[in-house]
Amino acid sequence: MRNVARHLGALPSAALSSAAILSLFGALLLAAPLLAQMTADELATLRGGPIAETLEPMPMPPVSNRDVRQVRNYPEQPPVIPHKIDGYQVDRNANKCLTCHSRTAIEVSQAPMLSITHFMDRDGQSLATVSPRRYFCNQCHVVQTETGPAVPNTFVDIDSILRQDAGASQQQ
Amino acid sequence: MSISRRDYMKAQAIAAAAAAAGMAVPGEAANLVTEREKTELVWSKAACRFCGTGCSVMVATKDGQVVATHGDVKAEVNRGLNCVKGYFLAKILYGGDRLTQPLLRMRDGQYSKDGDFEAVSWERAFDEMAAQFKRVLKEKGPEAVGMFGSGQWTVWEGYAASKLMKAGFRSNNIDPNARHCMASAVAGFIRTFGIDEPMGCYDDFENADAFVLWGSNMAEMHPILWTRLTDRRLSAPHVKVAVLSTFENRCFDLADIPMVFTPQSDLAILNYIAKTIIESGKVNEDFVGKHVNFARGNTDIGYGLRPEHPLEQAASNAGKAGGSTPMSFEDYAAFVADYDLAHVSALSGVPENRLEALAELYGDPDTKVMSLWTMGVNQHTRGVWVNNLLYNIHLLTGKISEPGNSPFSLTGQPSACGTAREVGTFAHRLPADLLVAKEEHREIAEAIWKLPKGTIPGKVGYHAVLQNRMLKDGKLNAYWVQVNNNMQAAPNLNEEGFPGYRNPENFIVVSDAYPTVTAQAADLILPTAMWVEKEGAYGNAERRTQFWHQLVDAPGESKSDLWQLVEFSKRFTTDEVWPQDLLDANPDYRGKTLYEVLYANGQVDAFPLEETSPDYANHESEDFGFYIQKGLFEEYAAFGRGHGHDLAPFDVYHEVRGLRWPVVDGQETRWRFREGYDPYVEPGSGVQFYGKADKRAVIYALPYEPPAESPDEEYDFWLVTGRVLEHWHSGSMTQRVPELHRAFPEALAFMHPDDAADKGLRRGSKVLVKSRRGEIISRVETRGRNKVPRGLIFVPWFDARQLINKVTLDATDPISKQTDFKKCAVKLEAV
Repeated sequence: MRNVARHLGALPSAALSSAAILSLFGALLLAAPLLAQMTADELATLRGGPIAETLEPMPMPPVSNRDVRQVRNYPEQPPVIPHKIDGYQVDRNANKCLTCHSRTAIEVSQAPMLSITHFMDRDGQSLATVSPRRYFCNQCHVVQTETGPAVPNTFVDIDSILRQDAGASQQQ
Repeated sequence: MSISRRDYMKAQAIAAAAAAAGMAVPGEAANLVTEREKTELVWSKAACRFCGTGCSVMVATKDGQVVATHGDVKAEVNRGLNCVKGYFLAKILYGGDRLTQPLLRMRDGQYSKDGDFEAVSWERAFDEMAAQFKRVLKEKGPEAVGMFGSGQWTVWEGYAASKLMKAGFRSNNIDPNARHCMASAVAGFIRTFGIDEPMGCYDDFENADAFVLWGSNMAEMHPILWTRLTDRRLSAPHVKVAVLSTFENRCFDLADIPMVFTPQSDLAILNYIAKTIIESGKVNEDFVGKHVNFARGNTDIGYGLRPEHPLEQAASNAGKAGGSTPMSFEDYAAFVADYDLAHVSALSGVPENRLEALAELYGDPDTKVMSLWTMGVNQHTRGVWVNNLLYNIHLLTGKISEPGNSPFSLTGQPSACGTAREVGTFAHRLPADLLVAKEEHREIAEAIWKLPKGTIPGKVGYHAVLQNRMLKDGKLNAYWVQVNNNMQAAPNLNEEGFPGYRNPENFIVVSDAYPTVTAQAADLILPTAMWVEKEGAYGNAERRTQFWHQLVDAPGESKSDLWQLVEFSKRFTTDEVWPQDLLDANPDYRGKTLYEVLYANGQVDAFPLEETSPDYANHESEDFGFYIQKGLFEEYAAFGRGHGHDLAPFDVYHEVRGLRWPVVDGQETRWRFREGYDPYVEPGSGVQFYGKADKRAVIYALPYEPPAESPDEEYDFWLVTGRVLEHWHSGSMTQRVPELHRAFPEALAFMHPDDAADKGLRRGSKVLVKSRRGEIISRVETRGRNKVPRGLIFVPWFDARQLINKVTLDATDPISKQTDFKKCAVKLEAV
């Protein structure tokens, strides 16, 4: 059973370092179009080296186990899993995730209850229990490792756009 | 992310105090915007950008940006669900390293093969590209020009590309990356049924009593179909799930009959099932008598390697791999009689009782069975055979073409069916299953395209693997790659792909949205509009054609593949690219640009701009001055209407959540070949496999033959490659979504803990994975989602840092020319 105290645990310092990496990377990328020339090996961001060479793999980062919920990019996004799920049994015999996230478990676990959409069948009709079509949680919900993005992403969420719009109209 | 809970509460308290005091705190004064004008999002439908399932998604835009996506509740395929990749579609457009300008390798202001990339204008890019293509055409002719496309091309992009190459440049050297994933399925369909693509549809999921997975990790690769399968299995307790794979994957979590088999022994297991059906009297004799022929396929057909390879030299039928001779049912029964239980169990490593349980599912006349397969079957040096053998079982029992009884070949790419297969962008194909090698088929295409007889060459072009070999050998010199990352995908990178691209004789153009490994190996990179940055159409695995509008503008100077193809065609005249005799016989075509001949031909340009939607932009149509997508689609649809491949009128597809062809009198077809469902079946006949002249499908006698390469004393492990749920193909889109990257940041070598211990390795150790062709360094994973047997490792191919295709073998199925990415021999060393 998950412990309430774990959810209120302090944020680790790792968050800062990955944010720092992100901003450094972002600055480099912003400058990229200004560069007159770029070698092919500099260009291929995800490769990170010549094609013919045997590159070192990245270190294997640990799975984040901070138990701190993350902002969703939009309301429909399935929340990522903020804890380890090593050894969780999710098969035709049992679903370990429901031990904490089912409707009846959350008072004790203080985990978020799975969404009401998860009770609906293909026709949007609610069933007595979780719909079997949602049975395998990890098809939508994934853990996060303690690592930065491979490349930054410039997606802007709707609240930022609304704020920008509000800012723009104040200036007018 | 970088503030603590305490900081957050403090900031909220200040904002609240400021608001109470009537002070404006910029941007934070109101904690909820409620004005409808501001909060309203524009929602539009689109097909998912990833796999062949073909989920429909709803896409929200605001101020010219995609701000959200979710599963489309109105779509039959997915009814509101997406997998984790689908839920993050909104972010694939916004990787920070999007390409926004053409980039050309230059030195001292000139193109140079060994130069660095410099940004150039489209004008300059096309100048260089046209000059290079013209040089090659002049020096070596059309056979030195080629294109590598994709099952991710939209329908009209593939169609425009096929026209440009086959009729414009008169080269059949165009092939899609679908060759790597679906060619064996295609050849399997053509061989058994004479017509491509599944007879059933996804409605089979809700109707089957048993599901059998043959080399398909649906739980990760087709997650939404897996939800339908799971829903059925768990809702109806009588339903059984059998899973066959060369290692335990997530599908085994639902398996009633789990089976891990030795690579290649699927051939023997399938013949054992056929034998058991026959010997236990479970053959549907009425069905077989009326609807089936028997044939003995040629054997000892080689492995699709270079002709000088010893394995090809030794193969007696390498030159006639697809050949067969008719045989009787009795001869067929005698043929499969060799595959007895004890022998097949020993060969496959699957316990006898599980093989018996599997055969019973197929044999029981009251159990409706859906067989599902993907790359484990298709990426196989006997992939066409395995497809044929699967159909054998369904034909022997008559379990086909009706709800729940369904041999179902799943597709990997979103439009492998809709574009690569239906449009026929393969080196041997034309639209609607027509073949370039048949003169009467070429004449049909030339008539529809309003081109002179003899325009389309009859010689089959270079297929995917052969293209890389010909690039290396200097026989293919001007080459254009669109919507795929073949330098990371194609087998044997070190010996074929990379030397081919970097051969100084060759000019390589790569169109992509991101700087992939393939772009890294290119000479010219064209920045490309992707997914909802253009109007598009995809066709999924159940024959469903789906459309979407252009929802946002592409960044910078990016242009769609369609725009690039059509705009480039303006730079060539028929006098430059067509032979003298063709022009002499058809003087009306002299002096015209390929653009005029192929696209402004009175058909493709027949629909005015006014017919485009007033609610959406359409950058190609605005540039060319007519509704080009509609013109291309309607011209293309002429190939299939009335011939079993009927598509609905263009405008209909913008309204509906897709339709399954053939669409006749406005009605889609769910089960082909079955009276009552398929309008092409004659009344009173019950079932007709009308792809064949006598309307009978063919059961083939095909044996077990060994793989091209197996582990030996030195290279003592099997290597299996594949995908993971979180990344799609080479990861060029999904690796740029931070949440998906963090979920599975790098490729890992999944291995058995005892094997790891024997090698002095443990979880997280660096390991050198080495074959006779190349090597990578990966990290050992002994836990997690895949449990591999001893003597086998699994490495996914999404990670550009770990190019596992340096290690893989370029052996192909000799019939389909599809690579076997699932079997080669490697050794492992601690690093």
